[in-house]
Amino acid sequence: MADQSIAGAAGRVAMAADGDGSARARTVILLLTLALALSMLLSLISGASDASGLGVVLYWLTGTVPADPALAARDQLIVYDIRLPRILLGVLIGAALAVSGAVMQGLFRNPLADPGLIGVSAGSSLGAVAIIVLGTTWFAPVTMALGTLALPLAAFLGGMTVTLLLYAVATRQGRTSVATMLLAGLAIAALAMALTGVMIFMADDRQLRDLTFWQLGSLAGATWPKIGTVGPAIVLALATMPFLSRGLNALALGEATAGHLGIPVQRLKYTAIVAVSAAVGASVAVSGGIGFIGIVVPHLLRLAIGPDNRYLLPASALLGASLLLLADAVARTIVAPAELPIGIVTAVAGAPFFLWILLRKRGIVDL
Amino acid sequence: MRVASRSRLTLAPVLSVLLAFAALPARANDGTTVFSDPSRIASIGGSVTEIVYALGEEGHLIARDSTSYYPKAALKLPDVGYMRALSPEGVLSVNPSGILALHGSGPKEAVDVLKKSSVPFIEVPEHYSHDGILEKIRIVGRALGADAKAEKLAADMDAKLKAAEKQTASIKERKRILFVLSTQGGKILAAGSDTAGAGIIKLAGAINAVEGFSGYKQMSDEAIVTARPDVILAMKNAGRPISEDELFANPSIASTPAGAGRKVISMDGGYLLGFGPRTAEAIHDLAVALYGDQVTD
Repeated sequence: MADQSIAGAAGRVAMAADGDGSARARTVILLLTLALALSMLLSLISGASDASGLGVVLYWLTGTVPADPALAARDQLIVYDIRLPRILLGVLIGAALAVSGAVMQGLFRNPLADPGLIGVSAGSSLGAVAIIVLGTTWFAPVTMALGTLALPLAAFLGGMTVTLLLYAVATRQGRTSVATMLLAGLAIAALAMALTGVMIFMADDRQLRDLTFWQLGSLAGATWPKIGTVGPAIVLALATMPFLSRGLNALALGEATAGHLGIPVQRLKYTAIVAVSAAVGASVAVSGGIGFIGIVVPHLLRLAIGPDNRYLLPASALLGASLLLLADAVARTIVAPAELPIGIVTAVAGAPFFLWILLRKRGIVDL
Repeated sequence: MRVASRSRLTLAPVLSVLLAFAALPARANDGTTVFSDPSRIASIGGSVTEIVYALGEEGHLIARDSTSYYPKAALKLPDVGYMRALSPEGVLSVNPSGILALHGSGPKEAVDVLKKSSVPFIEVPEHYSHDGILEKIRIVGRALGADAKAEKLAADMDAKLKAAEKQTASIKERKRILFVLSTQGGKILAAGSDTAGAGIIKLAGAINAVEGFSGYKQMSDEAIVTARPDVILAMKNAGRPISEDELFANPSIASTPAGAGRKVISMDGGYLLGFGPRTAEAIHDLAVALYGDQVTD
């Protein structure tokens, strides 16, 4: 599936990554890998209840009989049905959002580009809202058949529909204009938001509250079937992204230059857009609106290791996953036994930190 | 147009989604109506918690949700969060032997996980009417094994509610009420039919000025003028209190009889809309605020 020919055709288009810079990037990636492992461990052992994550995992691995069978059954349920799916979903979505942001920024050569910009998120939201509001009336057969999977699936299809529509509008004779796509994306996003507004108008009191919570974003709905639904889409999308890095590096020099360097620019753009749509559509579908990760993570990493996408993309995946896991651990424990929506945590924790970094590095940030 | 290669790339994620249908979740359906062990109950929903206290069964309670802020003693219980945004691990962390939840508790995923755990889960239905309150009392009483107490409380409530409703029976000039949920940014969000607001207005012998939609919706200026409310009804201490100045600064509201007389009634949200043990008093208070000495005791 993955477009290997991009990497092949690109040959060795290396940006000005001197040996020193790449060594530093590798060190950072190694540290980020360790950070992710630690974040996963922390998420496993932290929660509102006193269930011992490590204890349960050890019990599964070694088969040691636990002291109190009733409590052990409860702890197993908490670890297997609540914590593990959330950890997995947090890793997948954190990585998907951060890498999608980095790829979009490379593609549009604009540090503020974000999947939200071209209407993919708006399309996903429309799909999700349609299920929340019309799930008991127009779409009753769908929701009856699919249960809780109806919403992620609808959101995913919404995001994909927007992407395909964008392509139909922005592609002429097999050439996709990034500028046209951006403008078309804004228009389609506006249309999707208007239709979402119609749904919100039709919503009853209970649905309105569901909508509000869904829009705040949360990993709370993590279940194994949902991971089965969106996991493959995100994994597949993430798997294509390493093959984009050289092409995106060349694209930084401008489309014409990249073309002269032997990069199949058209195919690069197409692959990037489809991968981002799949990753973002699937993420928005299960977790609602988690902002901030897609723009901030790539920025922080550019400050740390420079703009070379060969290192930036994997590092973004690692840092995005870690940050979302840590934010989720905070969301799950800070007001226990209640829970905060994670979107609040990412914004409250991340925004001031990001501003501080920008102020300190103001002379260096030059994107 | 290289359609073939394109559609392949696009189809892959879609296909993977379709393949995942094989892993559909099983529907948990728990038909219990009585807790086998009512010693540690988590109560979700303000009116459910109030009923447990009214039954004198509060000794069973070990946790509540954030909408359960009455009676004051309930505030001492750990709060598992807003009833529509429950965290399954949070609820399980208080080690409940049973979960008593008002209809509409969620999200569905959280309720599914809770039902999957061995903790019995009983849902209490909600109807914004006289009979709805009695039904809630009987279901809560039955769940806690306090049927006799519940029958007695339901009979008391029935008598009190009947008396409260009778107070306004002889009134000829029915007041038209607009229940305003919020005035955010000058937009009036009002209660249509099938809402707790509409239910309490009816019980207090008044008419909901809103016709033609259900639930809470934003009303257009012309619709407000046509609705001609005599009184504006609003909630206190539910998020941002409605400011009277902002309300009557709205030209469409100002043009109504309610605006001309600056007539607004604000009452505590849980008290006014809970449809629980205090509803008879709420009906009386609202009727007195509306009709003054026309209310017959």
